[in-house]
Amino acid sequence: MAEILSLHDAVKQFVNDGDTVALEGFTHLIPTAAGHEIIRQGKKDLTLVRMTPDLIYDQLIGAGCARKLIFSWGGNPGVGSLHRLRDAVEKQWPHPLEIEEHSHADLANAYVAGASGLPFAVLRAYAGSDLPKVNPLIKSVTCPFTGEVLAAVPSVRPDITVIHAQKADRKGNVLLWGILGVQKEAALAAKRCIVTVEEIVDDLNAPMNACVLPTWALSAVCHVPGGAHPSYAHGYTERDNRFYQAWDPIARDRETFTAWVNEYIHGTRDFSEFQARLAAASQVKP
Amino acid sequence: MTYSTNEMMTVAAARRLKNNAVCFVGIGLPSKAANLARLTSSPDVVLIYESGPIGAKPSVLPLSIGDGELAETADTVVPTGEIFRYWLQGGRIDVGFLGAAQVDRFGNINTTVVGDYHQPKVRLPGAGGAPEIAGSAKSVLIILKQSARSFVDKLDFITSVGHGEGGDSRKRLGLPGAGPVGIITDLCIMEPEAGSHEFVVTALHPGVTREQVIAATGWAIRFADQVQTTADPTEVELRALRDLEARTAAAHGQAPGEA
Repeated sequence: MAEILSLHDAVKQFVNDGDTVALEGFTHLIPTAAGHEIIRQGKKDLTLVRMTPDLIYDQLIGAGCARKLIFSWGGNPGVGSLHRLRDAVEKQWPHPLEIEEHSHADLANAYVAGASGLPFAVLRAYAGSDLPKVNPLIKSVTCPFTGEVLAAVPSVRPDITVIHAQKADRKGNVLLWGILGVQKEAALAAKRCIVTVEEIVDDLNAPMNACVLPTWALSAVCHVPGGAHPSYAHGYTERDNRFYQAWDPIARDRETFTAWVNEYIHGTRDFSEFQARLAAASQVKP
Repeated sequence: MTYSTNEMMTVAAARRLKNNAVCFVGIGLPSKAANLARLTSSPDVVLIYESGPIGAKPSVLPLSIGDGELAETADTVVPTGEIFRYWLQGGRIDVGFLGAAQVDRFGNINTTVVGDYHQPKVRLPGAGGAPEIAGSAKSVLIILKQSARSFVDKLDFITSVGHGEGGDSRKRLGLPGAGPVGIITDLCIMEPEAGSHEFVVTALHPGVTREQVIAATGWAIRFADQVQTTADPTEVELRALRDLEARTAAAHGQAPGEA
């Protein structure tokens, strides 16, 4: 059964130094508030898994929480580079970052395999690509029935997955909709799972076949409205495209990044205080 | 109407997308061209985005691969794993529409790294969905602006395979799809030569000279025996494109990324 906890308590209880952590959400429902709380609590030596590292991992990497990154597309969508990720890869700042690189099809299959309790995923992939040359974990397997050679990749089985969703009920059952990405697979592949939600309601009123994660498959549910910002929660918030653009100059430079993290994450107690500070700042700067 | 070379590129790419084709769309330039096709010559083209929307009909260009409007206008939205497993690997994609940072003469694509992988000069975003789109879509179109830096003699890294080392490379690799059938740039259209599968120029956009194309290509580019001239964008095409871009700018407060 999932406990209804504050995000502070959930991260404190379920995220440990050295864990393999998946904060998933494919552009939609990115659990930004949880990323901030992990930085605030100074978690370290994490192995971060995410198909698209996005701003959330740019922040965790720049803040020094990560030892390793497992990913398949590392850009700022519609804007350009993730500068903290690049600085870590190209210049080892704030410390060296080991990278393990895959394709989307590979990682999506690897989450499905993880949720299925399998040690590896099999897919038709990578023939002619150089990625297997730089990632020794991409191997091949021969089909015992047809003889076809297929790609074999290790499943993703995080110690802890965090996702954001629209609704939970008071027992901790979770409903999400819209672009689902690999949310369900990442949740079920992990040993522990925290879900932050836009609202907690008496009854989910979930349509039949809707994407519902039952409370008994989760560790904690936290009420964090707007917790995906600058990503969005379909039906609740819009994607803040301007923040994605504004992130580029903040992250481009180590000093501006560090000042931003100190002011907006270390300098705030929780995500609602962060939101208030961000709102106040945007009124000053038109 | 007068038009820019970028507009010519987008229009020329849109024309390649046939009505009713099922198209797996990359973000940026491919998404712009695919939506222009949907708004002009190919109203029933089916646009699939890797985040999960199938049959997306956005009124403005998405800034990210997972914009809410893609989901709202889609026939259905499925999990990302399903997109790659059932719809792409299952053999249901007619056209994979890709961008690139760099291509070579066989239509192989680099979106990973410039320089050495372990000590990169420039670290690019990486693979995304492209390697398997390039492998499994029945055909592939590539759209990117042409320069000697983007059309290179030798790629530092092959992220997504085109025609490999040329000839029957794809067959030897066991790839199900036919690979890239066109590279559309702001200067010209290139298509693979029969047999060698080396890309040669088959059409020049109006006003573009062979010398310009040669200067903007990092290998000794060859020209087909018959080089066509691309038809100018029509007024209908240009209006549809400019309206789409204006709606996009108004909705997002910015032009869509070309990345």
